[in-house]
Amino acid sequence: MSNKENWGSRVGLVLAMAGNAVGLGNFLRFPVQAIQNGGGAFIIPYLVCFLVMGIPLLFIEWSMGRFGGKHGHHSTPFILDSMDPKRVFWKYIGVFGIFTNLAVAAYYCYLESWTLAYIWHSVSGTFLGQSADQIASFFGHYISLYGGGTETILVWIFCLVLNTWILSKGLSGGVEKVAKIGMPLLILFGILLAIKGITLKAGEEGAIHDGTHGLNFLWTPNYDSIWSAKVWLAAAGQIFFTLSVGMGSIQCYASYVKSKDDIALNAMSAGWMNEFVEVVLGSSILIPIAIGYLGIDRVVELTASGGLGLGFKTLPYLFQQWGPTLAALAGVFWFGLLFFAGITSSLAMGTPCMGFLMDEFGWKRERAAWAFGGTILLLGLPTVLFFNEGVFDEYDYWAGTVSLVVFALAEVILFAWVFGMDKGWKEITTGADIRVPVFFRYVTQFVTPVILGWVFFASLPDIWSKITNAELKAKIAASVDPAEIAKLNDQMAYLNGSRVFLLALFIGICMLVYKAYTKRKKEGRATV
Amino acid sequence: MNADALFLMIASELIITAITIYFFARVLSAPKKKEPDSYTDN
Repeated sequence: MSNKENWGSRVGLVLAMAGNAVGLGNFLRFPVQAIQNGGGAFIIPYLVCFLVMGIPLLFIEWSMGRFGGKHGHHSTPFILDSMDPKRVFWKYIGVFGIFTNLAVAAYYCYLESWTLAYIWHSVSGTFLGQSADQIASFFGHYISLYGGGTETILVWIFCLVLNTWILSKGLSGGVEKVAKIGMPLLILFGILLAIKGITLKAGEEGAIHDGTHGLNFLWTPNYDSIWSAKVWLAAAGQIFFTLSVGMGSIQCYASYVKSKDDIALNAMSAGWMNEFVEVVLGSSILIPIAIGYLGIDRVVELTASGGLGLGFKTLPYLFQQWGPTLAALAGVFWFGLLFFAGITSSLAMGTPCMGFLMDEFGWKRERAAWAFGGTILLLGLPTVLFFNEGVFDEYDYWAGTVSLVVFALAEVILFAWVFGMDKGWKEITTGADIRVPVFFRYVTQFVTPVILGWVFFASLPDIWSKITNAELKAKIAASVDPAEIAKLNDQMAYLNGSRVFLLALFIGICMLVYKAYTKRKKEGRATV
Repeated sequence: MNADALFLMIASELIITAITIYFFARVLSAPKKKEPDSYTDN
């Protein structure tokens, strides 16, 4: 077997795992979800979902990973297979654990490359003296590949090469080193920006409100919202995205932990570190600064479609109000923080695919890393070239949303009901450096599957509406302008094309898993 | 800030920060397991 990866240190593993969870969503998605779903009261369903869904899923995925690693498996197809060797289909369910990482990395690395470009533009003074509209349109031009898009494409390729190169250095030599540098810097940058955001004073540096005005808006509870199913669904969804559960990357990282070593304390430490970054830092930067300058109504309007616009179009302008030096520093801190949040996650997305190629086909680490980089280049190209046609969002919806829920539901059923909770609980507690409350055993068995089932079934109408392009068709039906209708029809073709592309990727990975399975049969290593 | 918002913010952030520090300190202070363990640096 060519897979001889190892973690260098326990702290490195915990930081890498926390880095996997901490992503751009901690800073751009969480505060927006909070203000759209009950303000401060959102924290109640959010923390309840973390307790009854997030922590159990972390325990499950860490245990599955360590269990699979014991049998020489470092990616979900054969980790799932080893947990129920009598049934052949689990290995194909496990394909989600490679598919999701590849498809998400395809658009995520592009997003990551924006942060690199914005660091450069902050330092080089591109935004100096520009109006709010000019800075906002800079983003539009950047993603629309204005003027040929040379910079956009070059920075994206640089970002892909950087990810691939780090992955080719291995877990302890690459991923862990980045996590050990990136996570402390991310927290430091976050704290500095949070202090600046909270201490904004109305009337100073162009601010119209104190920074605490934004915090007040974000945290003022609307307790009626706690009784809304929509708010609970949003909270459960946020826990999913923020912890990177249902992806297969946690299992891969944990598969390099030996069976006598702790996973329970590691899982809790990495999980809570993500919560610290999300709730404490994530709520103290974007919204306080934006409301301090723009007021509540404008920020509510700007965040209606998410936090991305606010983070890339608005914040660079607001930083300019602090003078050239502070603006450059704030730009480096903000986009640097987003970059570290991004790269620690995208590196985690590379490891399952590499683990699979190294385990099953005996590939060397470097070859597997460059295969991952090449695949991401091909898969990511449509998201770069057809961003405005909605391909980026389409990838995010199918790979970054639907696949996570489907896979997490399958793995919780496998772990709690097929593998069995007796064996499962033993896996969670073996080698544990903390006493895991028995409460989690029953929550994992009964509550987590129900919540996941609810999230899945509640999402079905939306999934169906997406499949049938209901929203686009309604727009076409309502439009009378032939040019607009032609544009919408084009967009529908791009979206359908990207779905076919993603489906082909999934089928391609299934075929590779089948090939690996037949290879194992020939070698007498197959389970059935 | 109004009292409700202030209370929720301080309570949530203090609890989360305290738990994060507690678990990370436990990781840092956990006794090393016998070799061979999962980590090459110790």
